[in-house]
Amino acid sequence: MRTILYIIQKEFLQVFRNRAMLPIIFILPIVQLIILVNAATFEMKHIRLSVVDLDLSSTSRGLISKFEGSPFYQIKQFSFSYHEAENQMQHGKVDMILNIPRGFEKKLLIENCVKVQFIVNAINGASAGLCNAYATMILMDYNRQIIAENKTISAMVLPQNILTDYSYWYNPKLNYKTYMVPGILVLLVTIIGLLLSGMNIVREKEIGTIEQINVTPINKIQFIAGKLTPFWIIAIFELAFGLSLGKLIFNIPMEGNLWLIFISAAVYLFVILSFGLLISTVTNTQQQAMLVSFFFMVVFILMSGLFTSIESMPQWAQTLDKLNPLMYFIRIMRMVLLKGSGFNDISRHFWALVIYAAGILTLAVWRYRKVA
Amino acid sequence: MREPENIIVVKDLVKKFGDFVANDHLTFEVRKGEIFGFLGANGAGKTTAIKILCGLWYPTSGKMSVAGYDIYTQREKVKRNIGYMSQKFSLYDDLTVFENIRFYGGIYGLKKKAINERAWSLMKRLDLEDARDKLIRDIPLGWKQKLAFSVALLHNPKVVFLDEPTGGVDPITRRQFWNMIYESARSGITVFVTTHYMDEAEYCDRVSIMVDGRIAALDTPENLKQQFHSATMNDVFIQLVRSK
Amino acid sequence: MNRFWAFVTKEFYHIIRDYRTLLILFGLPAIQLLLFGYVITNEIKDAKIAIYDPSKDVVTRKISDKILSSGYFILERNLSHVSEAGDAFRYGEVNLVLVYEPDFAQKLEKTGKAHIQIIGDASDPNTANMLVNYASGIINNYLISINSEKLPYQIIPEVRMMYNGELKGVFMFVPGLMAMLLTLISALMTSLAITKEKELGTMELLLVSPLRPGQIIIGKVFPYVFLAFIDAIIIIIIGNTVFGVPVRGSVFLLLAESLLYICMALSLGILISSITSSQQIAMMISLVALMLPTILLSGFIFPIENMPWILQVLCYMMPPKYFISIIKSIMLQGNSLVFVWKETLVVIGFTTVFLVMSVKKFNVRLA
Repeated sequence: MRTILYIIQKEFLQVFRNRAMLPIIFILPIVQLIILVNAATFEMKHIRLSVVDLDLSSTSRGLISKFEGSPFYQIKQFSFSYHEAENQMQHGKVDMILNIPRGFEKKLLIENCVKVQFIVNAINGASAGLCNAYATMILMDYNRQIIAENKTISAMVLPQNILTDYSYWYNPKLNYKTYMVPGILVLLVTIIGLLLSGMNIVREKEIGTIEQINVTPINKIQFIAGKLTPFWIIAIFELAFGLSLGKLIFNIPMEGNLWLIFISAAVYLFVILSFGLLISTVTNTQQQAMLVSFFFMVVFILMSGLFTSIESMPQWAQTLDKLNPLMYFIRIMRMVLLKGSGFNDISRHFWALVIYAAGILTLAVWRYRKVA
Repeated sequence: MREPENIIVVKDLVKKFGDFVANDHLTFEVRKGEIFGFLGANGAGKTTAIKILCGLWYPTSGKMSVAGYDIYTQREKVKRNIGYMSQKFSLYDDLTVFENIRFYGGIYGLKKKAINERAWSLMKRLDLEDARDKLIRDIPLGWKQKLAFSVALLHNPKVVFLDEPTGGVDPITRRQFWNMIYESARSGITVFVTTHYMDEAEYCDRVSIMVDGRIAALDTPENLKQQFHSATMNDVFIQLVRSK
Repeated sequence: MNRFWAFVTKEFYHIIRDYRTLLILFGLPAIQLLLFGYVITNEIKDAKIAIYDPSKDVVTRKISDKILSSGYFILERNLSHVSEAGDAFRYGEVNLVLVYEPDFAQKLEKTGKAHIQIIGDASDPNTANMLVNYASGIINNYLISINSEKLPYQIIPEVRMMYNGELKGVFMFVPGLMAMLLTLISALMTSLAITKEKELGTMELLLVSPLRPGQIIIGKVFPYVFLAFIDAIIIIIIGNTVFGVPVRGSVFLLLAESLLYICMALSLGILISSITSSQQIAMMISLVALMLPTILLSGFIFPIENMPWILQVLCYMMPPKYFISIIKSIMLQGNSLVFVWKETLVVIGFTTVFLVMSVKKFNVRLA
């Protein structure tokens, strides 16, 4: 047991003595957290709209003013040529074109039915979908309005109306920051933890000190435990610090029990750090270790469900994602912090992490060879 | 008089890397308290043998015991009784003199009090008291080397393995280093040292000269010189290499 | 010059001999692209919903049918009481709850009004927003269809999705992944290659050789230009053949722009290695400082236009942003250099700045 303490002491000394490393571990992530949290939104504001109004009637003007009044749209340009508008889109200057054909009003009054065109830049499919949904909503509002204004008609028929109310639970204002702060914080802690542990043993291999340790009677479990603990402490500390900052700066909600968060974090970090040490034991150079860590990190991050939803992934990928520790922990964070979930709610994710930790730690200890 | 106890016994040690045979049926014994030299050109298989005896590499075949323990089945007991210093003198560059001593003492399971006492006497002996809190990267190579040797002896091992310990240092420091080796041998520690400096062979009690993975000769330097009618070990070595 | 080529050849051999690294260098991007091409999408599909339907009449069933057959939603469970919604959310099994009011069809018939409540789990606000919008869109469409005979004066939207008719997520991710992989791999590999020489002390050996420092750096970096370029080609080919991401513009221009971008990333790598002398630090800088910003501030996943203006300013300082818009423009919109010359100039600008800065750093060190 005391042996472990000496390894821990040594690792701490090395980390804290490395002047260039300290800001990378402690300051950079916090700065990134504060900045990047603001970036992660699909929320659409100021969709750049180009209006081609060939009708110039009161009805068409009414429709345009609806778009003008919407917080989602920002009219960039009026034009009388569809071709010109499309050219603007080609240049990436507008996101959507509202094309009102000649004879729009007349056709509406005579034929009772008329079409307007929405042309959406759909390179980003999700944004395009939302953009279309907003536009359709505005159009339908306007449609209802002209019908209501026309007394004769509205008295004549009574269209059936289904009223939809939305409510957004746990985050009524759809403040994406409250969701992103814990998520991005976890990503940063993961990146740091995985890199520190992933480079650790392989670095000792490169400089040759690992041999000196391997000729000692130290046992493998002591060695791995001694290597893991300092990074584990650093990561937990960083997580706690980040959460406090999130509370102070972004006022993120903390509905559930914080102990639940930290106990889960403790297990999760075991998984990540053991994973790093495993990488470190199977690679020969820091370059290799880094490339492998990079690979897993990107996979873990992009499949974590933080930026894109897991349900939209194909079934096989969802099954594969069961091997992604980040997925479990991001869920736990989100459930406990924002929804106040209790242990029963998160237990399946928690136990998955526990099993993962046990498995990967065993693997790391087993793969660490004192004898080649 | 009793025959001296053999502290290292090696029988038919073979180590292959693919088709390449690094150690070809080595058989020898090292007696307690002697300075045993393992000589040979670069690539003759010295480092391979030392790494196997230290438990860092698996042998391909052969029987070996170190300090009375079998190298296959009692690996950890072997490790408790040996010290090792590699070509790279594996001290941590970014730790201080004292921190290195404390760390290695710690992982050998020494008590805190013992670590402090030994660190202190060690630094005093090496005249490193003022350098206690200096980073290893800031002290001269010769000091590093002496320190690495002392650290390898920190846990009072029965045998110490030195793998080309004097590479890259000046003759005066080498002389001082060999004085340290004598001193520890006098206190009963067996020293197993590899080198490719033939003049260093003269300092050993017995030497084994390796050529292409085999032991070409094994005896005291005097006997070898007599046997090959040479004035220096260097001549002995050159004759051995030529004769193959 | 001969000496220089001899040096470059030597560097090439170094890399090619290390087949493990090589495997990682080419294998990983290919695997990632394949994986993410199928997996990462910001479209909504099969979101889990729970329905509370106390009326269970023709209309509510019809609406539920419409919603469940849209492909966006699948039914996870029927709730027997509204209060169960909270449990379902807390357990994390559903993303959306649909609540009909009792006697729905009857009310709709008699008063012309009936209420549906859509509750989103906004602990993930981005998804919740999209789901609620999709669900209400479906309900609105249903509304139009039941009213179509009775309702006069209809304005019907006709929607055209440009450049990506099927709204495929891959179209977004291929350019994004390409930028990310090229940035990180190039910057990382070069900074590591150079700092490794420093760590091992071999850099000094090289510096006393008759080669000029600039030549040494170029010699070390040159093989990576080549390797990263192969990576770029692999990504374009996989994107095109496997995922059907078109190359509507000139292939030559696309490759030239990729090459330019690789040079930018490599000069960033050189800059990093001129600042630090340890592999570990170089790596931490490249990964910790670059990874999340390249994912988040480049328009890879989140559209830049939606960000607060301060962040938009930051985005304009991120080279990947320009590269992503260049390749999107060439591949998807089929644009020529006329459309992307500004972005191209910016990338050239970045390259020059990074190079000048690292040359200065190096000179200071050598002086």
